[in-house]
Amino acid sequence: MSVRTFQSIAVMGFLLLVAATTLAPLLWMVSASLMPSGQANTFPPPFIPREITLDQYVGLFTRLDLGRNLLNSILLSVAVTVVSLAVNSMAGYAFAKYRFKGKQQLFKLLIASMIIPAQVTMLPLFLMLNKMGLINTYFGVIIPGMASIFGIFLIRQYALSISDSLIEAARIDGAGDFRIYWSVILPLCKPILITLAIFTFMGTWNDFLWPLIVMTDASMYTLPVALAGLVGEHVQDTELMMAGSVMTVLPVLVVFAAVQKYYIAGIMAGSVKE
Amino acid sequence: MHTDSRTRALVLFLGPALAAIGLFFFVPVLAAFVMSFTDFDIYSLGDLRYARFVGVRNYLQLFEDPLFWKALWNTLYFLVAGGPLSIAVSLGAAVLLQSKLVRCRSFFRFVYFAPVVTTLVAVAIVWRFIYHPRFGVLNFFLSLLGVTMIDWLGDPHWAMPAIIILAVWKNFGYNMIIFIAGLQNIPASLYEAASIDGAGPWQRFTKITLPMLAPTTVFITIITMIGYFQLFAEPYVMTQGGPLNSTLSIVLLMYQQGFRWWNMGYSAAIAFVLFACILVASIVQTQLQGRGGE
Repeated sequence: MSVRTFQSIAVMGFLLLVAATTLAPLLWMVSASLMPSGQANTFPPPFIPREITLDQYVGLFTRLDLGRNLLNSILLSVAVTVVSLAVNSMAGYAFAKYRFKGKQQLFKLLIASMIIPAQVTMLPLFLMLNKMGLINTYFGVIIPGMASIFGIFLIRQYALSISDSLIEAARIDGAGDFRIYWSVILPLCKPILITLAIFTFMGTWNDFLWPLIVMTDASMYTLPVALAGLVGEHVQDTELMMAGSVMTVLPVLVVFAAVQKYYIAGIMAGSVKE
Repeated sequence: MHTDSRTRALVLFLGPALAAIGLFFFVPVLAAFVMSFTDFDIYSLGDLRYARFVGVRNYLQLFEDPLFWKALWNTLYFLVAGGPLSIAVSLGAAVLLQSKLVRCRSFFRFVYFAPVVTTLVAVAIVWRFIYHPRFGVLNFFLSLLGVTMIDWLGDPHWAMPAIIILAVWKNFGYNMIIFIAGLQNIPASLYEAASIDGAGPWQRFTKITLPMLAPTTVFITIITMIGYFQLFAEPYVMTQGGPLNSTLSIVLLMYQQGFRWWNMGYSAAIAFVLFACILVASIVQTQLQGRGGE
C-alpha cells in the first residue's frame, strides 16, 4: 500500500512539474503585460509586477490602434465560420446520404488532395484575387476559407450515422430536400457542427501566413499579422508586446475552456482512419 | 419529377463547396505547377505576357542555390529532431495521464492542451523574450544551475534548438489527445494477463502499449511530419530566418522569394519541392506501416 502511495505522489509531482512548465510562459506573459514599461527588462527578471498597471493595454488601443485589428480578427473569424459551416454541412450531408455517379471517386480525390500543402496554392490565389480586386479586403480571407475538405469529411462521417429511415419518414411527410437538411439533418448534426465551428473559428483567428499575404494595409491586418509587424519596431517594449499577445491569445483560450469537450471530440473524430 | 428535384437539391448542396474548392484550391494548384515552369516576376504581375516558359530552369536553379539547400537542411533538422521529440513527450504525457495513480486528470489534460489552441505568432513573441540573453527567464533559471549565458536566438547553433523547444511546448498536447484515445482502446485484460504473468511496468509498456499503439503512432507521425515541414511563423517572428540563415525554412524561403522579391515562378518551384517532400515522406511512412503490420 505504501509503495502505491509513494508511486502516486511521484507521478503526481512529476505531472505538476510538467503542468507548471507548460503554464509558465503563459503566466509570465500575463504578468509582464501588467508591468509598467521597462520593468521586465531588468535583472534578475521579475516574475510578478511590483505594482499592477493597465497602461500597456491602454497603449494597445491608443498608441497602437490595435482595436481595429481586434475587430478585423473577430469579424473575419465569425464570417469564415458561418459561411464555411453552411457550405461544408451541405456538402458533407450530400456525400453521406445522396447517391450519384462517381461519388466515391470524388470523395477519395478530395481526401487524397488534403496532402497538398496550402502554401502551393498561395501564389496563384494571390494573383487571382488581385485580378478580382480582392487583395486587402475581407473577401480575400473569406473566399479561400469558404469550403474545407476537412470540414466536409467531419460532417460526412457524422451524417453517415444518421438513420435513413428518419430521412424517408420526413420525405413521406412531404418535406423537400432543403427542408430535410434544415430541420432534420442540421439539428441531429449539432455536436459535430459545434466542433467544426470551433475548429474553423480558432483556425481563422490563429492563421498567419495567408492574412499576412493578402492584407497589405495595417488597418486591415488581423491581430497575429499586426502583432508580428510590431515586433521589429517595438522590440524593446516587452510589456507592451506581452499585452498584445494576451489580447490575441486570451479569446481563443476562453473559447477553448468553454467548449473543450467538442474540440477534443473533433481531434478524435479527425484521427479516425478511413 | 421526383428524381429531378433530388438532382437539383444535390447541385444545391454540393455546388458551392465543389465550386469553391475547385476554383480556389485545385485551379491554383495546377496554376502553381504551370507557374513553376515560367519566369513569372514583378513585371508579369502587371501584365501576364511578360511571363515566359523557361522549362525546368527554376528547378535547376533551385538545386544550385545554396540557400535552398540550407533551407531544406534546416527544415529537415527541425523535422527530424523536433518531430520525434514532440511525439515522445506526447506519448509520455498520455501514458502518465492514463495511469490509475492520477487524480484531477481533466485539469492536467486542459493545462497540457492549452498551448495548442494559442496563437502561434503571439506565443512565439512571448518565447522571444523568454529566450532574451540578458533579461530572459530561461537564462535566469539556467544561471541558477550554473549554466553560462546562452544567446538562444542570436547564436546559429542554438537558434534552431530554441525553435524546436517552442514547437514541442506548443504542440505536444495535440498528439497527446490522440494517444489517449488510442490508449483507451487497449483492452485492460491484456495488462491484467501480463501482470499475472509477472510483467513489470516497463515490460507492459514495451510489449503491450507500444505495439497496440502502432497504428496511432503512424498516423501521428504522418500528421506531425506534414505540419513540421511547413515551419514558418516561428522563424518569421523570432529570427527572420537568421542568424546566418540557421533558421531559414523552406516555406520562409518560398514566402521571401514569392512575396518579398516577387520571383513567383521560382517561388512556385519551391512550393512544389515542398509538396514532393511531403508526398514522398508520407508514402515512405505508410509503406513502413504496411511492412510492420505483416
